[in-house]
Amino acid sequence: MADGQAAGQTILVVGGGISGLTTAVEAAEVGYNVLLVEKSPHFGGRVTQHNKYFPKLCSPTCGLEINYQRIKNNPRIRLMTLAEVEEISGSAGAYTARIRQSPRFVSQKCTACGECAKACQTEVANPYNFGLNKVKAIRHDHFMAFPSHYYMDPDFARTDEAKKLATICPVGAIEPDMQAVVIEEKVGSVVWATGWKPYDAEKIMPYGFGRFANVTTNMRFERMADRFGPTGGQIIRPSDGKEAKNIAFIQCAGSRDHNYLPFCSRICCLASMKQATYVRNAYPDAQVTIYYIDLRALDRYESFQKMVEGDQGVRWIKSKPARIDEDPKTGNPIVVGENTLTGVRYEEPYDLVVLATGMEPNSATSARVPMPDAHYDEYGFVVSAGGLFASGCSSQPNDVSGSVQSSTASALRAIQTVVHAKG
Amino acid sequence: MTYDLTFAKEVYKNSEEGHWIKMCMQCGVCAGSCPLGFLGAWKYSPRQIFQMVRAGLRDEVLTSSDMWMCTSCYNCIVRCPRNLPITHIIHGLARYASVQGKADPKQPTHQFAKDIFWENIVATGRVGEAALTMKLYFKDGIGEGIKQGLEMKDSALGMLKAKRLKPLPFRGKIKGYPGFKAMLNKAFELENKKEGKA
Ligand SMILES: Cc1cc2nc3c(=O)[nH]c(=O)nc-3n(C[C@H](O)[C@H](O)[C@H](O)COP(=O)(O)OP(=O)(O)OC[C@H]3O[C@@H](n4cnc5c(N)ncnc54)[C@H](O)[C@@H]3O)c2cc1C
Ligand code: SF4
Ligand code: SF4
Ligand code: SF4
Ligand code: SF4
Repeated sequence: MADGQAAGQTILVVGGGISGLTTAVEAAEVGYNVLLVEKSPHFGGRVTQHNKYFPKLCSPTCGLEINYQRIKNNPRIRLMTLAEVEEISGSAGAYTARIRQSPRFVSQKCTACGECAKACQTEVANPYNFGLNKVKAIRHDHFMAFPSHYYMDPDFARTDEAKKLATICPVGAIEPDMQAVVIEEKVGSVVWATGWKPYDAEKIMPYGFGRFANVTTNMRFERMADRFGPTGGQIIRPSDGKEAKNIAFIQCAGSRDHNYLPFCSRICCLASMKQATYVRNAYPDAQVTIYYIDLRALDRYESFQKMVEGDQGVRWIKSKPARIDEDPKTGNPIVVGENTLTGVRYEEPYDLVVLATGMEPNSATSARVPMPDAHYDEYGFVVSAGGLFASGCSSQPNDVSGSVQSSTASALRAIQTVVHAKG
Repeated sequence: MTYDLTFAKEVYKNSEEGHWIKMCMQCGVCAGSCPLGFLGAWKYSPRQIFQMVRAGLRDEVLTSSDMWMCTSCYNCIVRCPRNLPITHIIHGLARYASVQGKADPKQPTHQFAKDIFWENIVATGRVGEAALTMKLYFKDGIGEGIKQGLEMKDSALGMLKAKRLKPLPFRGKIKGYPGFKAMLNKAFELENKKEGKA
């Protein structure tokens, strides 16, 4: 451990999205040891699935790349992927965390040469792209993946094919017999940064997602607009592959609604405005319609809204649609509702409808804090208390810059806790 | 148009479930869900009625026919993101308009509920179907009544045959009719007290 810091002074950061990465880097760069635990095979979290960032419409990879460089150059940060914290006992300044790391079946010797994937015959629905395409059973998720090492799903690792692939790897990195590892660590404070998942759009029955091919979600749309994504960046209809030029966005799909998520997810208005620019840039003759209750482009983002409002190809309708039907002949989704500014009813067909679904905190379901006295707010976001601090979207719905700010704050508070504990 | 700024408070206090109206966020889901919109039957959607209550359009709301058009299909309630019991609010407003003497006595649902159905059931303690139907058909005069009766003749005969319609206009009072009356009187007494008319 760098300069003999006591083990209890290590900061445990759980979740390696933009928030967890930020906390880890900020704490380590001012001299504290960090253990960063990520559940999936790679770091980066949800932002790696974004095509561009509002408001600058730049690529998320550039901010991530800087963070990865800072991590690689910092000996104070220890990384674990495919790992989850099973239990945290003790109190602020003196916690013990039990961490289970699932097998990757590919060791750190992997150079990401891709030979194994080329040879691999088995394909699976690609969870990284929400199942929009297929992918080899041995893979990494995207070309910017960090760490870049490949991995296998456990079911595939048990097959004879996996054993055969092990013999062709030029560096002998494939280990189908790799086992899970459980470790215990003494840590002084814990930063929870397990982020969010898209709200399950199938639950919004009147909108027909899952029943109608041409009703999709904003996160799927991000993948579709990405030139490295499942359609190579083509904005097309899932039903027939035709260009989708007349596209509607439905705001607050599953948010601000007592039937679904009762809170405002804060980013989906801006996400739809951003996605409107994808459509308009792809097809100059495209027509975008945004159905909204009210637009929430928080504080300094109003200029972004003004910019999108300046585009004549974007239409704004103040209305939360009541339901979506499907024209069986064309496969066009038909959006039904009342324009609340005119009181007029509409039934309008589109090539494609994008549901602007919101954020459900993972800490409400799959990423509960395994501490006996962990607190949550009424929606399942983590409430900071004692030596536990919530960062980014595990504390509240947030955009990237807000998440980064809250993560820097968490780094500071986590440091204060370990310093106080030292006495 | 006059804006009566005390109207919203009056509704929140006196109209059944009326206090919910302040929770409405004007999203339009109820309006888009209501089958009456497709039929072109309404002038104002539930959303608009709620907006008008809050704006203080007392006369426009209370004289509106729209509250009487609700079919109680509950589409709006199940979808309202803010959990407003819209159907009940709408019925509450209709009743409030009637109590206030603002509802059009010739509005068909109003007339049916207040005069025809109510009188029918109070008289015996049960619905006398034939009398009810007759009264409904003939409410706009003899000519209209005969016309409607002829239009519905086949249905009526069919229902008679299937024993779904009791032919005799009068089947007498229910058992324990005085108790039923006493209950109604008590209910009236409580209502009048609530509405300050005791
Ligand atoms: C459609 C859409 C578009 C958006 N576009 C933008 C945009 O253009 N600009 C912008 O600023 N923001 C945008 N956002 C918001 C942005 O996605 C979030 O601000 C960001 O993802 C928050 O990062 P995070 O690290 O807090 O959470 P996440 O990205 O969710 O990261 C959490 C990490 O924790 C890991 N994890 C989960 N559970 C566990 C566990 N039990 N143990 C260990 N690790 C775990 C996950 O695998 C993940 O790596 C958008 C959001 C949506 C929905
Ligand atoms: S596991 Fe081996 S073959 Fe596969 S990408 Fe890594 S180094 Fe190449
Ligand atoms: S940010 Fe916009 S779309 Fe998202 S929940 Fe809030 S108001 Fe609705
Ligand atoms: S659905 Fe509910 S919140 Fe929306 S306008 Fe109707 S009553 Fe108001
Ligand atoms: S319950 Fe009444 S107001 Fe509500 S949708 Fe049905 S008819 Fe319309």
